[in-house]
Amino acid sequence: MRISPKYTQIVAITILGAATVFTVAILIFIIIFVLEKGLPILSFNFLFTNPTDMGRSGGILPILIGTVLLPVLAIIVAAPLGIGTSVYLVEFTHESRITRLIRFGTDCLAGVPSIIFGLFGFIFFVTILGMGWSIMSGGLSLAFMILPTIIRTSEEAIRSVPKAYREVSFSLGASRWQTVRKVVLPNALPGVVTGVVLGVGRSIEETAVVIFTAGSSLLIPTSLFDSTRTMAVHFYILAREGLSMDNAYGTAASLIIAVLIVNLSAYWMMHRFIARRN
Amino acid sequence: MTQEKNIKIDTRHLNLYFHEEKILKDINLEITSNQILGIIGPAGSGKTTFLRSLNRMNELEPGWRVEGQILLDEIDIYNSELDVISLRKRVGIVFALPVALPMSIYENVVYGVRLSGIKDKARLDEIVEKSLSAAFLWDEVKDRLNLSGLRLSGGQQQRLCLARVLAMEPDVILLDEPCSGLDPISTTWIEDALTELKKNYTIILVTNNTMQAARVADKTAFFLMGELVEVGLTRQIFTTPVKKETNDYITGRFG
Amino acid sequence: MKIFGEKGVERLLSVVAFSAISALALIALFIFIEGLPFLFRYGVKDFLFSSDWRPESGKFGIYPMISASFWVMLGAMLVGAPLGIAGAIFLAEFTPKTVMHIVKPAIELLAAVPSVIYGFIGVVVLAPIIREIFGGPGLSVLAGAIILGIMILPTVISISIDSILAVPVSFREGSLALGATVWQTVHMLTIKAAKSGIVASIILGMGRAIGETMAVIMVTGNSVMIPNSPLDSARTLTANIALEMSYATGMHREALFATGVVLFIVIIILNSIASVAIRKKVIVK
Repeated sequence: MRISPKYTQIVAITILGAATVFTVAILIFIIIFVLEKGLPILSFNFLFTNPTDMGRSGGILPILIGTVLLPVLAIIVAAPLGIGTSVYLVEFTHESRITRLIRFGTDCLAGVPSIIFGLFGFIFFVTILGMGWSIMSGGLSLAFMILPTIIRTSEEAIRSVPKAYREVSFSLGASRWQTVRKVVLPNALPGVVTGVVLGVGRSIEETAVVIFTAGSSLLIPTSLFDSTRTMAVHFYILAREGLSMDNAYGTAASLIIAVLIVNLSAYWMMHRFIARRN
Repeated sequence: MTQEKNIKIDTRHLNLYFHEEKILKDINLEITSNQILGIIGPAGSGKTTFLRSLNRMNELEPGWRVEGQILLDEIDIYNSELDVISLRKRVGIVFALPVALPMSIYENVVYGVRLSGIKDKARLDEIVEKSLSAAFLWDEVKDRLNLSGLRLSGGQQQRLCLARVLAMEPDVILLDEPCSGLDPISTTWIEDALTELKKNYTIILVTNNTMQAARVADKTAFFLMGELVEVGLTRQIFTTPVKKETNDYITGRFG
Repeated sequence: MKIFGEKGVERLLSVVAFSAISALALIALFIFIEGLPFLFRYGVKDFLFSSDWRPESGKFGIYPMISASFWVMLGAMLVGAPLGIAGAIFLAEFTPKTVMHIVKPAIELLAAVPSVIYGFIGVVVLAPIIREIFGGPGLSVLAGAIILGIMILPTVISISIDSILAVPVSFREGSLALGATVWQTVHMLTIKAAKSGIVASIILGMGRAIGETMAVIMVTGNSVMIPNSPLDSARTLTANIALEMSYATGMHREALFATGVVLFIVIIILNSIASVAIRKKVIVK
């Protein structure tokens, strides 16, 4: 007996749909699981007091500071490099062997596992350059890691600025750089910022790189050459060494909330950017 | 070349290649000052390419090659000390589709002159009023100069584009089918502005609408398949063309 | 920018443009400087194919870790690839645009969940379930494969959706006009046309699975042995580096960098294949 194509289609859609629902369900499960256990622990006190007894009790203030400083430093270094690269790729050159090489390099860098960034940062920044386990070493290593994210997103944003704007600008006697500064970048800005925000997100999520390069000090850093600890690292240490489940969940909840805020605001900006384009 | 003809632009044996395909074939055309030259011809005849070669807009894309000469006031625009930025300031262009830059009306108009380094507010204000008036747009927008240029209608945007070029006080204005997307009333505005402007400028108008050339052009050139078939006084071209192709095109047998 | 001038800006940007590729080169250089001499001194064959990993006695055979990385990766692909491709097809072909624009970012949000959280969920939720149903320690190749399979979903789904959407509408319309159902069109035509993009998404997923560290450390149990069953505990290449780096010195540390070299080479090869596959898609388009 031949099964009718219509029937096959219904079965296929059901299976495919179930796979999709399952995937989304995992996301929702993870978020709810972490928030349900962690939210009761979260409080103003938890966020803004110092940890005591290796983090078994007390709050996460120094960790909060570390979680802000590392991504900020990473962005200060990576954003100009990444945006500069994408401006060069789109505005100052035509497709050639060199642009393909740059793109290939960017793609490869994006695929490099974080443990490799960690090893590199440890040998290069921590050891050879003598920066030690520090905010500096960690921020620079993270900058290497998020460079591809920023390049790709801002390249896409810059490319989406209508060609006609550039043509008009050139026809009025503007140079390339004047055109970039006055027409292209202002119009690509929301998209470029999205890339930067996604870079912040990547830095907040990262654990391996940070452990290898910034160490895991629990003290409030007083200089860029002090060691520090981010929420992801703190959570890992608490959970793995079973120090305090309560504080682990509290940290996990703050981590998830930070990641959600950063990523959702990136999507929101990208969405508005695209809506305005059309 | 007699003195009284007053040649502004002179192209000599101009050949243009795009990736080795010959787009323009041996164009020799003298363009007189303070006149409107209409350029007509079917799609793909090379008229827009010719227009864009006059202020080197073609080369924004790679793959173009030029042979021959284009003289602007007897200076070769491709092989001389004249750099492309100063050239474009002297030879302005209005494109087929009105493109207001995503900034205020005011900033649109002063975009070019700001780049030339004029910063004095009073001077800029003066330029804005003068240019918008010359493009017949001043009365409609004078109370809302801070409005985004994108909020104007198509016809208004095209006049804004014209004003933007006028603000630079160029010698030559190139227009690439400036009315192709516009309604009849906006078209009339633009045509009136052009007739007024030729007192001070040399104007080259590419148009798909042969009647438009007949209405406003002093001279008309007919392009076909990358060649300049014929050029002459507009009345002569439209009444007694020398070439059969010209006659066929004007009477609507093809194109 | 009067300080630089037009030419100066262009020159500056042309230097900046090489930042990513220089970063890659710098990373490769230092990992190789630290790892390669050891690799040749100790012998590539012994290093890769010996099962004897006893740093304290100067024995550095990473075969158990290679095997663990391979099996965990393969398991992750078995979980993640079908699920991901199914999701991509469903979202690209059978859901309205508005729904897709909500669900796709939600799935990409899965990529933003920190790997330590995945690892933790693996420990407190998944491992007990595995212990309950199949016995064994729970923390195992299977647990690693499932967690990694979920972690690569965003990569697989998002790149597959892009390549399915890149298939020209005319292809589909032609098929639908001949009376095929949407599903017939999809599995006879669209998937074939989008094949290289889907393959690329899987290869990139493999790269992610091999390279993932923190989640794997937490859920696979980390015993140095060649796993005989999915329920065995195992230690991957990445886990080995992360676990021992903090106290390794001398030869031991060099051996860990050599492990990094192996990992780096595998990842670059996978990425090169993926980038060729993606370029092929662009040409077809």
